[in-house]
Amino acid sequence: MRTGLVDREIDGQALLREVAATGNGATVLFLGTVRDINDGRAVTGIDYTAYDVMAARELQAIAAEASGRFGTSSIAIEHRLGTLRLGDISVAIAVAHPHRASAYDASRYIIEELKRRVPIWKREHYADGTREWVDPTSARSHATHG
Amino acid sequence: MTITVLLFASYADAFGQPSVSVTLPQGATVAEMITRLGDLAAGRGPLPTTPMVAVNQAYARYDHVLSAGDEVAVIPPVAGG
Repeated sequence: MRTGLVDREIDGQALLREVAATGNGATVLFLGTVRDINDGRAVTGIDYTAYDVMAARELQAIAAEASGRFGTSSIAIEHRLGTLRLGDISVAIAVAHPHRASAYDASRYIIEELKRRVPIWKREHYADGTREWVDPTSARSHATHG
Repeated sequence: MTITVLLFASYADAFGQPSVSVTLPQGATVAEMITRLGDLAAGRGPLPTTPMVAVNQAYARYDHVLSAGDEVAVIPPVAGG
């Protein structure tokens, strides 16, 4: 089980290698990537920033919870910080398990908890030159946020 | 007591700095800290009114009593992923 905040490109294949074990019959890799449109506005890039020490602790806690709930320690999570371009991977979650149902469930649990409580923020850059902190709790973005 | 409050994202932008010192009476709660911070932020643009707060790197309730030396951080709506 490993979690990390990184300021370099994320290599999904490296995470897959980390969780590989012959006892695992199912492996799920989730990649979150920078999308070119949000709430109807053209996005050109995103700055990610974090309360680093707490974000690292929360990520580790989520991985430990997922491990306990779903019965696997084959978990690797990375979240990237800094300025990302369209298509860049912002988050990667690799989970392997003897069986697929728990691998899917653990992956879903991790991304939903990450979005709910890990202190990371993103500022979108728009095509018109403006920049704004994204608030997923606002009415405007609630319906469409990924 | 004086508490140093760590600021992030919209809060850091509004204050133009990564932290702010807040003077509070002994036994003050997180809610009182947020009220005081709101006073200091007046005129600095719209900010989340009831942000989450972390004390010593763990989420804390608004009735949590602060102590001198606590690491306090205001956590505006998170947007990881």
